[in-house]
Amino acid sequence: MNRLMKHREVWLALAIVLVVVLVTLRFSRFAQPANLLTIFNDTSILMMLALGQMAVILTRSIDLSMASNLALTGMIVAMLNAAFPGVPIPALMALSVLIGAGLGAFNGVLVWKLDIPPIVVTLGTLTIFRGMVFVISGGAWVNAAQMSADFIAFQRVVFLGLPVLSWFAIVVAALFYVLMTRTPLGRAFYAIGVNPTASVYTGINVGRTKFMAFVISGAVAGLCGYLWISRYVIASTEVAGGYELTIIAACVIGGVSIAGGIGSVGGVLLGAIFLGVINNALPVINISPFWQMAISGTAILLAVVLNARGERSKGRIILKTAEIA
Amino acid sequence: MTDTSLHRSLPDRLDNPLRSALLSWESLLVLVAVVIFIVNSFASPYFLNAWSLSDLTFNFTEKALIALAMALLIIAGEIDLSVAAIIALASTLMGLALQYGADTPVLVAIGVGTGIACGAVNGFLVTGLKLPSIVVTIGTMSLFRGISFIILGDQSFKGYPKSFSWFGQGYVWGVISFELVLFVLCAVIYFVLLHRTNFGRRVFAIGNNAVAAQFSGVRVDRIKFVLFCLTGLMSGVAAVLLTARLGSTRPSIAEGWELEAITMVVLGGVSIVGGAGSILGVVLAAIIMGLVTFGLGLLNVPGIVMSIFIGGLLIVVIALPILFRMWRQRT
Repeated sequence: MNRLMKHREVWLALAIVLVVVLVTLRFSRFAQPANLLTIFNDTSILMMLALGQMAVILTRSIDLSMASNLALTGMIVAMLNAAFPGVPIPALMALSVLIGAGLGAFNGVLVWKLDIPPIVVTLGTLTIFRGMVFVISGGAWVNAAQMSADFIAFQRVVFLGLPVLSWFAIVVAALFYVLMTRTPLGRAFYAIGVNPTASVYTGINVGRTKFMAFVISGAVAGLCGYLWISRYVIASTEVAGGYELTIIAACVIGGVSIAGGIGSVGGVLLGAIFLGVINNALPVINISPFWQMAISGTAILLAVVLNARGERSKGRIILKTAEIA
Repeated sequence: MTDTSLHRSLPDRLDNPLRSALLSWESLLVLVAVVIFIVNSFASPYFLNAWSLSDLTFNFTEKALIALAMALLIIAGEIDLSVAAIIALASTLMGLALQYGADTPVLVAIGVGTGIACGAVNGFLVTGLKLPSIVVTIGTMSLFRGISFIILGDQSFKGYPKSFSWFGQGYVWGVISFELVLFVLCAVIYFVLLHRTNFGRRVFAIGNNAVAAQFSGVRVDRIKFVLFCLTGLMSGVAAVLLTARLGSTRPSIAEGWELEAITMVVLGGVSIVGGAGSILGVVLAAIIMGLVTFGLGLLNVPGIVMSIFIGGLLIVVIALPILFRMWRQRT
C-alpha cells in the first residue's frame, strides 16, 4: 500500500511540474524561484486547512464548518486587535488557536456524545458560526486602518528567506507528519477509517478519537483565521465563504479517500499546491479567472477517478458497523 | 456516504414500532411548526394576512422542490451537493438561449433539460464509475457553476418575456401562486412514488443495505441513476421558477441552496446515512423553514442571522430525541 501511495504522490508531483512547465513556455518568468515561493506562500493557508480536514476525513467524518470557524475566529481576533492594539500578537495567535479548538470541540462533542452524523453537525455549525460572525460584528468590517501594524506585518516578516506565513505551513506540516506517523492518536485516525469495528477491539475509543480529530481541525481553522485576516487585511462576514469545499477538494486531489483511512501529509500538501499553481497560472497565461472554478471542478473529478482506481484493488470491508461501547 | 458506522437495527415486525416512531417525528415537526406560527402571529401584526402567507410560500417552494427529490436520494444512501450549481447552469443556459431569441416553451425545455442532463452526469459518475457521491458532486458543483462563470463572467442575463415570468410570479387562483400549486402537486407525486410504489420500497431497501438489495434482484445502480436524474430534474424546475421570479441570471444565483435543501431533508427526519425518512416530514420541514425565515424577516432580522436559527434548529431537532432516549435509558 505504501508503494502505491508513493506512486500516487509522484504522479501528482509530476502533474504539478507539467503545469509549471507548460505555463513557463508561455511566460518564462513563471518558474523563477521567487515566483514559486510566492505561490507556496499563497497556498500556505490552504495547506494547513487541508491537513486539518484530512485528520477528520481519515476517521470517516467530514468537517464542513472549517471556513466558518476561520471567519468567526478571525473576526474575534481582529475585533480584539482593533479594540486593544496593545495585546501582543503571540497572545492573539494562541487565542485564535484556542477559540478554533473550542469551536471544533463543539462539533466533536455532538459527534462523540450524541452520535449525530458529522455531516449533519457541521452543516449546522457551518451556518451557525458564520451567522455568529455577523452577530458579533454587527455586519461591520474590520479594515486595515483599524488593525495594529504588528497584526498585519507579523506574517510578512522574512525569516531565512521565507515569510513567516510559509514557515507556519512548514511547521504545521511537520507537526502533522509526526502526529500521523509517529503517535498513537494519528495511527488511531487511520485505524478508525480502515475498520472501526476492529479499532474498538484493539482498545481505541472511536468517539473520543473522532472528537480529537475535530478539535485538531478546529484549532487549525482558528490559527488560519488570524493568518487569513492579517493576510487579506479585511475581516468581514463573507471571509472565506464557500472555502470549505476548496479545502475538501485539496484533500481529494491529494489522494485522501472520502471513505476514510487513506491519505498522507505529503499527498495533501501536493493537492493544495496543485490548486495553488492552477490559480496562480491562469491570470499569467491570460485565461479569465472565471475559468478557475470549472478547472478545479474538473481536477477534483479526475482526482477522484484516479483515487478510486487505487482503492478498488484493496477490497476493504466498509459495510461493517462499529460497535461503540 | 461518509459515515456508515451508525447503529442500524431492523425490527422483526414492521408495523407498530416503526410507524409510531415515524409518527412521533412528524408530530414533533407539526408541533414546532404550530409554535412558530403562533409566535409569528404575536410577534408581527403583518403576519396573519392572506398575502403575507402567500408571500411566505415563495420562501421555500423552490428549495423544497429540490428537497423532495433529494430526500429519495439520501434515503437511498447517496447525496447531491451540486443542485444549486445545476440551477446556476440551467439558468445561464436559459439566459443564453434568450439572447438567441428563444421563446418561453423553449426556455423551460432548456432549463428542465439541463437539469436532467446534469443529474445524468452525476448519476453516471456515481453508478457507472463507482465513485462516492459526496466527492463527485463537490466536483460537479464546481464544474457546473464554473461553466456558468465562463459563459457569464461578471455579466448578467435579463429581459425574460412576460409569459416566462409567470412561472415565478404568477397566481393560479387568488393568492394561490403557481409555485405553490406546483409544489403541492410534486409533493403528492413524490409521496406516492416513495410510499406507495415498488420503486419507493426499493429505494428504502437500497438505503438499508445496498448489497442485500442487489442480491434480492433490485437494480441498485439503475435506481440510483434515476434518482440522480430526478434530483437534476427538480433542480432544473427550480431554476425555471427562480429565474422567472428574479427576472435575471447571474452565475452566483442560488448560492448555498444545496445546504438549505439538505437541511430541509434532514430536518424532515430523513436519516443522513440512508434507509429511513418520509415525504411528509420533508414537506413539514420545508414549511417550518419558510415560517422561521419569513417570521424573522418580518421582524427585520437579517438573513445571515436567520441562518443561525436554521442551523441551530437542525442540530437541536436532531439532538433532542437522542438526548431524550439517553435520559430515558438512564432512569
